[in-house]
Amino acid sequence: MRESAPLLDVVGVSMRFGGIVALKDVSFSLAPEKICGLIGPNGAGKTTLFNCLSRLYDVSEGSITFAGTSLLGLHRHDIARLGIARTFQNVALFNEMSVLENVMVGAHGLGRAGFVAAALRRRAERDEEKLILARAESLIEEFGLNAIAHRAVGQLPFGTRKRVEMARALAMNPRLLLLDEPAAGLNHEEVEGLIAEIRAIRDRRKVAVLLVEHHMNLVMRVSDQVVALNFGRVIADGTPAHVQADAQVLKAYLGDEAA
Amino acid sequence: MSAIAGIKPQAASVPQRKFGRAPAFAAALIAGILLAFNASGYHLFQYAQVLIYMIALIGLNLLTGFNGSISLGHGAFFAIGGYGAAILMAHLGVAWWLTLPIMAFICFGAGFGFGMPALRLEGLYLALATFALAITMPGILNYKHFDAYTGGTSGLQVDKPKVPLHLPLNQDQWLFLCCLAAAMLMLFIAQNLVASRVGRAMVALRDHPIAAQTMGVNSAMVKATCFGVAALYAGVAGALDAALVGFVAPDSYSVFLSLSLLVGMVVGGLGSLWGMLAGAIFIEFVPNLADSFSDMFGESAKALPWAVYGVFLIAILLLAPHGIAGAVQRVVAFVRGLMAKASPNLTPELPAISAGNQPAEQNHRTTQGS
Repeated sequence: MRESAPLLDVVGVSMRFGGIVALKDVSFSLAPEKICGLIGPNGAGKTTLFNCLSRLYDVSEGSITFAGTSLLGLHRHDIARLGIARTFQNVALFNEMSVLENVMVGAHGLGRAGFVAAALRRRAERDEEKLILARAESLIEEFGLNAIAHRAVGQLPFGTRKRVEMARALAMNPRLLLLDEPAAGLNHEEVEGLIAEIRAIRDRRKVAVLLVEHHMNLVMRVSDQVVALNFGRVIADGTPAHVQADAQVLKAYLGDEAA
Repeated sequence: MSAIAGIKPQAASVPQRKFGRAPAFAAALIAGILLAFNASGYHLFQYAQVLIYMIALIGLNLLTGFNGSISLGHGAFFAIGGYGAAILMAHLGVAWWLTLPIMAFICFGAGFGFGMPALRLEGLYLALATFALAITMPGILNYKHFDAYTGGTSGLQVDKPKVPLHLPLNQDQWLFLCCLAAAMLMLFIAQNLVASRVGRAMVALRDHPIAAQTMGVNSAMVKATCFGVAALYAGVAGALDAALVGFVAPDSYSVFLSLSLLVGMVVGGLGSLWGMLAGAIFIEFVPNLADSFSDMFGESAKALPWAVYGVFLIAILLLAPHGIAGAVQRVVAFVRGLMAKASPNLTPELPAISAGNQPAEQNHRTTQGS
């Protein structure tokens, strides 16, 4: 039984690309302020599911509800304002912009001013701009990026760019944070740091986290709930201990890694 | 993801809001006023043309340098601005200065309307769609059944603006100063745009469209509006040009105009707004320079001017791969580096003079005094 009303409710979602079935009748839900790991072998449909949540793909069947609102009628650019933020598998930053500007784009939804207000620099626009700058600066402070705030992100090392992307994702104070392979490319110590960081973000910001990750140690230690996918289907859903012991999961995924 | 493969925008990052732009504008205005009272009428005409090109180039750069969409048809909007203004002046008796906002408005609509569907295309396909616009325009202006309005192939004559209020200026000076004011205003507006939320959205869409949309940027809207703004700039430039020249004809708005604008933007520096002054100077003077250069080879060298133009263009792209603005930036950085080496104490982070203390002290004194 669920403890509280779910924040995210995915019901019967299928996704087909031509003849290929990427997701098949996927259902699960995520409670507020919980951390959920999404695991599965390569090609299981994890990133496809993320892209459905971001409205980058139109699902073929099923429904996705976030805090009582159906996502399927919305545009891509409506998702951020609703309270869903994400990072990308290979880091998708605006490379020619500075760290600060990247985070400011993350706070885009805090403002409403359009071209005319910006051209004439109306008072409302200037006030918004101050708000956006203040938000970005506080995140930059929080993530210890002060020293490089004005450097173009394209020149920064991979680990740093991942931190910038995380700061950018949090700029709208989301209620759900989607992390696509946050540990990829990180070394052992950095992964330890990331575990602490994800927990800290959840505790401080009261945000639910859905993360796709291959790093089993990280997923099992950080998650409250784990959903396992294989060939586009959910094969297990429960606590880390429960999923780890699941026969199907062991067979499909952990079999050669569990030891 | 720049629309033009291989050409990387130079000053591509969105500039931060600074209060430091006043000196540059003041210097430009002073230089302009000095020019107005010292250059000959013909030269002033050329300089006014430079400023007009600068306006069109700023618009094109907002579109290409900042938003990453390419337009090979910017000349078409320049033509709409020019012909629209000429028709308003010649047939409807509208004051020349009033044609500027009117044509700005109309060209924004035309650009937005064209951009909304066309911007579904990307890269080379968008280039071709806009190129089609550039090719079509002279034909439309020539079209027989519009002759009554457009004057057909012979074009349309308009009265050049007169100097108002008995100002102590001649017509060339007056027109040049009007172009100067317009160029500075349009530059100021472009700077405001670029350093705003929509400006960041434009650059974000260029660098990573999917990520930008995920951050809440409405791609279709921002891109089409940006196309409209670029057309608006071209329209204002075209309308000013009609008033300056006092004449419009289909020949002035051939495909070559669109290509020239593209050349001017790249030479000036993608993503640099002040750089568009350099680009405009290139468009205005290098063809003439190439002409006089090839004259040295006598009558036999008929096609030589274009060869010389090409050589100039290649030379600039080799010497300044990020445009003239990029080259200037590099020189400035180099000189700064030298100065920092020469006097290590002169670090950029000078301790701020405790500005907060001074008024406090003064207050203290005045309270004591009273």
